[in-house]
Amino acid sequence: MKQAARLKDPQTEERQLYWRLLVAYLFMVLMLLLLVARFVWLQVFQYEHFTTLAQNNSISLVPVQPNRGLIVDRNGIELARNYASYTLELTPDKIDNLDATIRALGRIVTITPRDLKRFQKFQSESKDFEPVPLRLKMDDIEAARVAANLWRFPGVEVKARLYRDYPYKELTSHVLGYIGRIGPRDKERMAEDENAANYRGATHIGKLGLEAVYEGELHGQNGFEEIETDSAGRAVRSLRRTAPVHGNTLQLALDIHLQDVADKLFGARRGALVAIDPQNGGVLALLSKPSFDPNLFIDGIDSQSWQSLNEDWQRPLINRAIRGMYPPGSTFKPFMGMAALHAGAIGPNEVRPAPGYFTLPGSSHQFRDSNPRGNGSANLARAIAVSSDTFFYKLAWDMGIDRIHPLLAQFGLGSRTGIDLDGEAVGVLPSKEWKARRFAGPRYRNEHRRWLPADVVSIGIGQGFNAYTPLQMANATAVLANNGRAFHPHLVQSITDARNGRTRLIEAAPYKQLPFRQQHYDYIKQGMQAVMQPGGTGARLGQGLQYSMAGKTGTAQVVQIKQGAKYNAGALAEQHRDHSWFIAFAPVEQPKIAVAVIVENAGFGAAAAAPITRALFDYYLTGKLPDDIRSQLETFPPSVTGKQDASVAH
Amino acid sequence: MQVSLIKRLSRTIMDPLDGWLLALLAGVFVLSMVALFSASNQSWAKIDNKLVYTVLSLIIMWLLARLSPQTVMHMALPLYATGILLLVGVELFGITVNGSTRWLNIGIARIQPSEIMKIALPMMLAWYFQKYETTLNWRHYVVAAVLIVIPGLLILKQPDLGTATLVMGAGFFALYFAGLSWKVIIGGGITFLASLPVVWNLMHDYQRKRVLTLIDPMEDPLGAGYHIIQSMIAIGSGGVWGKGWLAGSQTHLDYIPERTTDFIFAVYSEEFGLAGNLLLLALYLGIISRCLLITARAPTLYGRLLAGAITLSFFVYVFVNMGMVAGILPVVGVPLPFFSYGGTATVSLAIGLGMLMGIGKLQRR
Repeated sequence: MKQAARLKDPQTEERQLYWRLLVAYLFMVLMLLLLVARFVWLQVFQYEHFTTLAQNNSISLVPVQPNRGLIVDRNGIELARNYASYTLELTPDKIDNLDATIRALGRIVTITPRDLKRFQKFQSESKDFEPVPLRLKMDDIEAARVAANLWRFPGVEVKARLYRDYPYKELTSHVLGYIGRIGPRDKERMAEDENAANYRGATHIGKLGLEAVYEGELHGQNGFEEIETDSAGRAVRSLRRTAPVHGNTLQLALDIHLQDVADKLFGARRGALVAIDPQNGGVLALLSKPSFDPNLFIDGIDSQSWQSLNEDWQRPLINRAIRGMYPPGSTFKPFMGMAALHAGAIGPNEVRPAPGYFTLPGSSHQFRDSNPRGNGSANLARAIAVSSDTFFYKLAWDMGIDRIHPLLAQFGLGSRTGIDLDGEAVGVLPSKEWKARRFAGPRYRNEHRRWLPADVVSIGIGQGFNAYTPLQMANATAVLANNGRAFHPHLVQSITDARNGRTRLIEAAPYKQLPFRQQHYDYIKQGMQAVMQPGGTGARLGQGLQYSMAGKTGTAQVVQIKQGAKYNAGALAEQHRDHSWFIAFAPVEQPKIAVAVIVENAGFGAAAAAPITRALFDYYLTGKLPDDIRSQLETFPPSVTGKQDASVAH
Repeated sequence: MQVSLIKRLSRTIMDPLDGWLLALLAGVFVLSMVALFSASNQSWAKIDNKLVYTVLSLIIMWLLARLSPQTVMHMALPLYATGILLLVGVELFGITVNGSTRWLNIGIARIQPSEIMKIALPMMLAWYFQKYETTLNWRHYVVAAVLIVIPGLLILKQPDLGTATLVMGAGFFALYFAGLSWKVIIGGGITFLASLPVVWNLMHDYQRKRVLTLIDPMEDPLGAGYHIIQSMIAIGSGGVWGKGWLAGSQTHLDYIPERTTDFIFAVYSEEFGLAGNLLLLALYLGIISRCLLITARAPTLYGRLLAGAITLSFFVYVFVNMGMVAGILPVVGVPLPFFSYGGTATVSLAIGLGMLMGIGKLQRR
């Protein structure tokens, strides 16, 4: 064929290719020139037109902010709420003389130096054409006064805004956390999550606590309003509006009255308290003392307040309930007892000696009992009731760490409980692997890493490497109380959808059943009940109980005592004194509440932590409350004596 | 010693790459980083991401440029066949998003097989024409047309008009350089124009809306026309010298849609004006010129066809994206090459240019 023959000739072929390349090139250059022509048209000839359009961009899409979801306690009392107020906002771009304008505004409403400092900070973080708040929370009169003068100040606006408020301040800070102004890091995270559109126009975001964990539920969905504006940028009419979807309401399992009572029972002491409903894992109270006022953080904390909170030696910003790790002391013994029964290391009612000290075969080192004279002999239940150390030294020694570790891990010790708060500590449930890992660094030698036979002995009484958070201890107690039906502890009980009012439950069923035998639960509970009865370490606090109560005292050593030395609380500096622990649940037959309490540097468990627990149980189960506590309360719980009004103040 | 080592090392790295192309791409890259920083509201996270995928693209480009075109050519048939199989897979088990079925879940990730076809189809055609170079007749053009239409129809069915056009366009460019008769090209063009009413009837509503919007964006200023109007305002108000970096009010008041990806050129144009546009266009023209020079010098038919198709496709991306942002073409999701934010598009463009550089290495003396 003619065509085929032509193609075979390399010279013709080459010429044809060059010709086609040239055509293609000319075509492309032509098209690019077309683009250039278009740009010249838009940017030179139509420049004025588009500049006017850009300046008065006549249609603006204004985001409509959703209302942040409320947080209420189990009885519907608002713990985090919104209230409307006015802000005075300035758009620096539209103001000729910013200083003069601020001075003039200062004659109409009060502008404190703090307002001014905050304004400068916000201004440095935003662009010149973004409105920046100068005064927050103006009342109606102030807002009206500014509004009447607005014509004098182009670029100044009064906006209605919803503010977040935590009415119970210190009482709820470690639970709720707080929201704060959206910072550069929040913006980056939003960009990564492709979530920025939903925060357009938003000023605040959850930073800590439930406010941060449930940000996705609380924030809601942006709405949009399309507004036609005049050449001065004032809204003329609304063209279309897509309503925002407000944030969902969180209902907590937490009882704010109980939280309040617990707080007042602590008084000025440091420590933490966690109360859990064993039947469903709901957290009834979660306290970390001392605390702070979360309202300070919402619109940026001033440096002075921040410094005093951050540098306070009592560390009020640390959530001790989920981040504090303490050796559990003797509160560890009931769980240790469960493990020993399950492993067959001891039988129920098997009687063993409980002397004043314990020595390892072939060693002279004395592991002393807290009772120097010993407790004669005892079965497991009595060993728990009198808190015999030597009994449990021997038990731990007989079992060995390899058998202890997996059984105690069943109670969630040494792992995160999965509570709906960020930053929960893991704690330490020691094992051979843990020790090897813990001392893996070059600073340690092999003898540090190797598991020593003696290591297991002090672990048996909750000292040594053991370290758990109060939340872990409360959770373990709740699981024990509920015969091994385990829930993840959770603060939020249900979420009510703002769109349809439907309510979702957070955790409706236990996620696992522990492998222990029912008769073992019963036996250990009997031992814990005996703690509260004559002869037990908590006997004084078991007097006059109107319900059945099981508990265990504990003392966490802060300082290691030298061999042969005697512990003398008086001689030690306060910060070196032992921590006072108590775990308990009640009623024993059908537990409604399980608690772990630690009071820092307060000595024996029976001295500080146990009285708090007893008073708390009395209140929760019978409504009884000492008068001196009642008079301090910030909330007004319904009273059994009928003196107080049953309604609730916000 | 050390100096010579560095010299040798830099020669090993630079040798497969084309210096001119690399320099021009670097220019585009710098401008795109400047625009991205502004468009993303100064997000360092996006800058970091872009750096990461750009380095990745460079490595891929380098690896492909090192391979001999002969080696790459042998992958044409398997790649094309795989692409077709995956497209059939999409048809059968694809994931549907917004009414179009474009993605396939292969366990570890979602892939969009139509993207593969953008390079696989011109490779396949180049290989095919090279194989029958000496006996070429009209039947081969018919087979080539079938090779183009099969993936084209499969992608159209998803439906994805934009990608289908780009894939078929890439195939057509290979045919064009293979010497498709002018009569057929012109005849085909006329047939296409005549069939437009039929195409209109086959179009989906959203596609028709885009075309209508193009003809008169003011028709529906808040709906379909909104994006085009706002991006034209951005470009127009940029003027000759632009409003200055980070000072584009259209950009920062959120008037520009998709401003880090498909519409990033509007951001750039608002802040750097006509001067900036001409600079960027000059860089792109430079890239296209250099690519065509490589095409002209390629020693084999395969090289010429593939390089030519890659070059023209590259041009089409540039033209379609800028035309869309400037309001003379309908809104189709085509990113501006090496300028828009997005790793997938950049990597696939780098694959094309890497192959082109490989072809450029084997120039006729």
